[in-house]
Amino acid sequence: MSRSATSSKTVGLAIRRRFLASEALRGFSLLSPTLLAMVFGLAMPLLVLFTLSFWLQDYVDFIKTFSWKNYSDFFAKPIYGMILIKSIKISGMVTLATVLLAYPMAYFIAFRIKANKLVWLILITVPFWTSYLLRVFAWKVMLGYNGVVNSGLKSIGLISEPLEFLLYNPTAVTLTLAHAWAAFAILPIYVSLEKIDRSLLEAARDLGENAFMTFVRVTLPLSMPGVIAASLLVFIPTVGDYVTPSLVGGPSGIMIGNIIQSMFGKAFNWPLGAAISVMVMLTVTAMVCVFLWGTHRFRRRVA
Amino acid sequence: MNANRPWWRPDGFTVYAVIYLTFIYLPVLFLPLFSFNKSKYIAFPLKGFTLQWYQKMINTPDLLEALMNSVKVGVAVAILSTMFGLLAAKAVTRYRIPGRGAVMGFIMVPLVIPGIILAISLLILISQLDIPLSLWTVGFAHMLLCTPFAMLVLISRMEGFDRCLEEAALDLGENAWMTFWRVTFPIVLPGIVASLLLTFTISFDEFVLAFFLTSTDPTLPIYIWSSLRFPTKIPAVLALGASIFVISFFVVAFAEWFRRRGVKTDSTSGF
Repeated sequence: MSRSATSSKTVGLAIRRRFLASEALRGFSLLSPTLLAMVFGLAMPLLVLFTLSFWLQDYVDFIKTFSWKNYSDFFAKPIYGMILIKSIKISGMVTLATVLLAYPMAYFIAFRIKANKLVWLILITVPFWTSYLLRVFAWKVMLGYNGVVNSGLKSIGLISEPLEFLLYNPTAVTLTLAHAWAAFAILPIYVSLEKIDRSLLEAARDLGENAFMTFVRVTLPLSMPGVIAASLLVFIPTVGDYVTPSLVGGPSGIMIGNIIQSMFGKAFNWPLGAAISVMVMLTVTAMVCVFLWGTHRFRRRVA
Repeated sequence: MNANRPWWRPDGFTVYAVIYLTFIYLPVLFLPLFSFNKSKYIAFPLKGFTLQWYQKMINTPDLLEALMNSVKVGVAVAILSTMFGLLAAKAVTRYRIPGRGAVMGFIMVPLVIPGIILAISLLILISQLDIPLSLWTVGFAHMLLCTPFAMLVLISRMEGFDRCLEEAALDLGENAWMTFWRVTFPIVLPGIVASLLLTFTISFDEFVLAFFLTSTDPTLPIYIWSSLRFPTKIPAVLALGASIFVISFFVVAFAEWFRRRGVKTDSTSGF
């Protein structure tokens, strides 16, 4: 009896000692509240979303038997696939535009500005203190019938009637998103450029590369992590955006986010909405993988 | 800028920087302009100067209530997500954890998932659990979104400081809690302030999650969204936008002052 008590005590002590000694255990116990919250708020909802996508809507209830119907609907009606592809095209253009526009600006701050870099960074972020909705609305003011562009062109006599094609189309969506997400592209690229060891650039120049080739073979590959982060930070959230298309897109600028939103609103078909969401996630994940593989190959080839 | 070049002959980069800044500033500068315009239509030509929209803003109870809701949610979210972020950041910077990359990747997922998908997933879970929608559900969703940001900010602050300081405190007989309170906390404080500000801002401006997860209590972005359909309400919203902008300016100025103070404390303590 007493022997088993002591042995359980030693076991307890051993566990305690193991716990204090093991970094992993202490680390995980420190992580556990955060992980728990994320499992409950992230893993579980996504699992439920996945499950729901195999159920069916029956007025206000769900038919909780396994069915592929939502997915066969998704493929049977070409409209969903078309809008998904259009959303990806728009987001792709937005990503390309934001990254290409942001790169020279980030380069300028990282390499040309010697003092007060922080002032420049704050200068970049100030426009983004305005509410996201108002920033999108601002483009309605810019491109609208009596908007800035039309009034400006009219006052200098270039046009007599306001141009109507400026707003409510995919181009307006692309432009608005490229503006709204600019800071997300510029900051990661700036950070990766700032980290580059300047002596590497000098070495390249000393070894006879010209300025352009130094950029292509040293600066650009070393800044690729920032470019990749910027692309993902812009591409992934904009694919699902529905605020911008609803405000400036018009009927032709509808994106997949609007479709998902209507399934949870007016159309009221949650399971189909869930299935479309799963398809969006699969497509986006696949595209991200292809993108990462491509950039990886690019870096290996150049560097 | 380039010192040996006169300002009237800027190089290509400077010209580009000016064009770029014009692009990101121009649209948002028109909004405060219309908040002083004596017409309820957001269109040119301007009709004259007025402060009536600011007066209307103060006299619209719905708007002020939405503002208060957003502040409440934002404060709670900032505190909670910074706490979660702090625990996670401490765990991944101080301990060698197997699968560190996977754990961090998992916490980062909200950053790389379209907002609408996170929103509807939470909506489905919450409705299946029969939890009523309220500002609490909005706050929970915002906390999920903000925790990765808090963690990233705090990791970058924690990686910067010398571990020996904590070890020295422990060797000198402080317990783990007092070590955290008297050594770790003061050093990490600027990071905590940055994280609180960032997470508050994200929650304050977040629309999609709030749109799906609130019932009758609107947050400010939801109020703005519903106002954008009614032209008569827009000028007061623009007035509010301009006011928030001015307030944020002072908050950022304060934060920068605080950060510089933090840097100064660092240099006096030897690194």
